[in-house]
Amino acid sequence: MLFAFYVQFHGDYSPGGGFQAGVIMAVGIIIYGIVFDMEHAKKVLPPWFVHKMLAFGVLLYTFTGVISFFRGQNFLDYSALSRHSPTHGQHYGILIIELGVGITVSGVMIAIFYAFASRTSEINDAEW
Amino acid sequence: MINWEFIIGHLNYWFFIVLMMTGLYIVIAKGNLVKKVVGLNIFQTSVFMFYISIGKVIGGTAPIFPVDMKIDNNIVYSNPLPHVLILTAIVVGVATTSLALALIVRIREEYGTIEEDEIFIIEHELDSSNKTPNTYKENGHF
Amino acid sequence: MLSGVFSLLSALLLITLDAVDVAFTEAAVGAGISIVLMLSTLTLTSRREKKSKNSNLIPLMIVIITGVTLTYGTLDMPNFGAADTPSQIHVAREYIKRTPEDIHIPNIVTAVLGSYRGYDTLGETAVIFTAGIGVLLILGRLSLRPRRRAKKIEKVL
Repeated sequence: MLFAFYVQFHGDYSPGGGFQAGVIMAVGIIIYGIVFDMEHAKKVLPPWFVHKMLAFGVLLYTFTGVISFFRGQNFLDYSALSRHSPTHGQHYGILIIELGVGITVSGVMIAIFYAFASRTSEINDAEW
Repeated sequence: MINWEFIIGHLNYWFFIVLMMTGLYIVIAKGNLVKKVVGLNIFQTSVFMFYISIGKVIGGTAPIFPVDMKIDNNIVYSNPLPHVLILTAIVVGVATTSLALALIVRIREEYGTIEEDEIFIIEHELDSSNKTPNTYKENGHF
Repeated sequence: MLSGVFSLLSALLLITLDAVDVAFTEAAVGAGISIVLMLSTLTLTSRREKKSKNSNLIPLMIVIITGVTLTYGTLDMPNFGAADTPSQIHVAREYIKRTPEDIHIPNIVTAVLGSYRGYDTLGETAVIFTAGIGVLLILGRLSLRPRRRAKKIEKVL
């Protein structure tokens, strides 16, 4: 989990970013769910919260783009985000959208895992 | 007479073609739906590799500047563009694969099998047993 | 298990090709998610494959023909690692040159991903989002469809 956050916010400087961080985050929850129980994992991160995460990430991304409109720039032009210098704006912009991507990716992966793992198996033990 | 430079320079493409054809063969020849998805994954990986190998420059390094941003103009960097495309494509690939697997799970629950030919047989019998749409309506399908 | 080995090997190959970001993603995805997904699908469906009755000759022919055609296509491709190929001299050079001035962050991949190709990434995120919603609709509690068809299938059999 800590590693996921490191990857998320350090993505500017070293390999990493929202996609990787989201996946690693999801893997953390998934392994927790496997080692302990689905019920425990669902207590840590309830499904309704995961579903909110899905949508929130995409909204955060789009919203960042829309802010540039109000500052008189093109859609997703992060130079508008900072009053001092365009490069600072680019920094903030990339950080925020990577966060949006990370939230969506981890939300989707965890939701998929919950969906698959909540199904009861129809297979009988003899077949294994 | 043989142009060795040409052959070595093109070996990477040929490896990826072999990998891609393996995936294609699995998709065509196997009846099991899960195996088809595995074949698609292999196919996908070969395309990823192909992209990344296009972006490679011999003598180049990973496209990351030093942290202090002192840029040495003599360093050759590999092409970052394919990396970006493939980076997102991998994650998208997992998401779409899981969608396919979810569909397979549902098919298994409805039909009791994931073999392609058995599904065809069941579909055919379903069609021939209910020829008019009225019977569908009575059974609550619409 | 083999799929895990496959993705680990892919990640190593990607590192040798200078694509550290991609290798990282592949390793994370392959180590955690794809194996779990595959195994849970196999648990939910059946483990053994039934023997296929169709002959393998026709698929083999198609595959060989396609492979030969593709190989013929590669004869015009530039050599591996050459620096003067079309893919290296257009936008890629521009990105590498302008990233320090425009964005001032060291990782060019992140810069291109987030800023120069922000639309692409927004689209990709939307695709992932849609796939997630799709899985939830098919498997999750969001699906409210009754299971009448299953009963009918039993009757037919």
